Amino acid sequence: MPIYSQKVMDHFMNPRNVGEIENPDGVGEEGNPVCGDMMTFYIKVKDNRLEDVKFQTFGCGAAIAVSSMVSEMAKGKTLEEVMKITPQLVADELEGLPKNKFHCSNLGAQALHKAIDNYLSKQQKGAGEEAATAPKPHEEIKHVHCPFCDSELMDEDSPFCQACHAEIR
Amino acid sequence: MMRKVYLDHAATTPLLPEVREAMMPFLGEVFGNPSCLHEWGDLPRAAIEEAREQVAGLVGGRLEEIIFTGSGSESNNLAVKGLALAQQSKGKHIVVSAIEHFSVLHSAQTLEKWGFEVSQVPVDRYGVVDPEDVRKALRKDTVLVSIMHANSEVGTIEPVREIARITREHNVLFHTDAVAVAGTIPINVAELGVDALSLAGNQFYGPKGVGALWLRKGTRIMPLIDGGIQEGGRRAGTENVPAIVGLGKAAELAAASMSSRIEHLTGLRDRLLAELPAKIDHVVVTGHPGNRLPGHTSFCVEFIEGEAMLMLLNSQGIAVSSGSACTSRALKASHVLIAMGLSHEIAQGSLLLSFGSGNSMEDVDYVLEVLPPVISRLRQMSPLYAKFTKASKGVK
Repeated sequence: MPIYSQKVMDHFMNPRNVGEIENPDGVGEEGNPVCGDMMTFYIKVKDNRLEDVKFQTFGCGAAIAVSSMVSEMAKGKTLEEVMKITPQLVADELEGLPKNKFHCSNLGAQALHKAIDNYLSKQQKGAGEEAATAPKPHEEIKHVHCPFCDSELMDEDSPFCQACHAEIR
Repeated sequence: MMRKVYLDHAATTPLLPEVREAMMPFLGEVFGNPSCLHEWGDLPRAAIEEAREQVAGLVGGRLEEIIFTGSGSESNNLAVKGLALAQQSKGKHIVVSAIEHFSVLHSAQTLEKWGFEVSQVPVDRYGVVDPEDVRKALRKDTVLVSIMHANSEVGTIEPVREIARITREHNVLFHTDAVAVAGTIPINVAELGVDALSLAGNQFYGPKGVGALWLRKGTRIMPLIDGGIQEGGRRAGTENVPAIVGLGKAAELAAASMSSRIEHLTGLRDRLLAELPAKIDHVVVTGHPGNRLPGHTSFCVEFIEGEAMLMLLNSQGIAVSSGSACTSRALKASHVLIAMGLSHEIAQGSLLLSFGSGNSMEDVDYVLEVLPPVISRLRQMSPLYAKFTKASKGVK
């Protein structure tokens, strides 16, 4: 059985909205290359709607598919609508992601939300003024999964998986 | 039809038709239990002993020194745990390298839980263990050293003979995991000077689910599977006769055609490694440049991630491996690459292409044709590459 759904493969093989927007209204970055996935979203806003969304992603097939799907889900939507896109909704639209990859590759929504935060903070500072600081990142919730049965671990440092009782090295 | 190119022989090799033929009778009418004294046991028993001779021949050992197991991992478990446990009255310290297979590293961890102490010797940037580091790690209570013959992920061949000289001097047992080596390059246990050596059938065109441990005659070992007196009481359980027969046949064929296989594989490997840098920039070859397994190429491509490359290559019919975090079930970057001092960022771009006898120069052509566009496609998506190109433009 292939590890990815057909939808994931489609978005991975033919990603939509790849690239960078020149003079974007907002930029958001999430993840880092150390953990394997990093996404940057660029947005153009007009009349409170995302007129254009583009992304760049360093990461596995799932991370690329997530970015592409998020960009498609967000394009043309109002900022409020976009803020309601959650990793779960993205995964559902993709017809599922491998469980152990759900959290590490599924950073697209967060990255896009950061781009909106970045846009809003620029707005507050007024036109013509440079945005001095990037908005505070969302609080990151760490999810850790058992490498043997894929169920979520209650405690990151737990030596045992409470679901399958396998020992976590 | 799309061209299919299998370049993951480090994961497993196909079964040779001659091996399958040798196995067939034992999947059919010759079903007897080798332990049985009646006629039905005779042929299977004889077949296992023939296989034992074939495997002993591959490594230059004696036939009574071969213990058949269920896999290379089991051979490593038996060697590490079994040898340490059998000697625990002498001491409870063992030495392994940082780049061992998990079947060795996790066995060592289990021994730690059983009260042993484990020292890990480092490797240099090519993945080579310095024998002097092994010497320094030895203590009065050291009972076992386990260092692999070659690493399957980066292809580096370790100085096993030099390490064996040191363990002999100190009267410490030395096991080597030769799973990536046996059947690929010549092995002679007497010349190497080791006490135990693991191998697996599916690494040299034999079946999966069978391995062997060569154990120097007279060396005490604690069995991991207790039961009957199969394998001299060192590994109980009714033998997997067809698999053992297949392993034996594969060993015989490997020994007979080794030099021509090596020549073929080396040609493919050297051409790929030679032409790659001209086709792709920012590639770091991993493992030792010269002293590596004949069919083994491994490298890290900067600014992109290995699993994405693997999937795109797969969509074009090429099968490869990667040591990136995303390709592992536990989502951890390869411990081998990290031990070699590579950054996590570089290690994410790891690719491993391992050739086999079925591959040809046309396969190398195909890889050289398909890989560069795959890489540039992913780089065009990569924020790291965008940052890099902007920064280098800024410098100019």
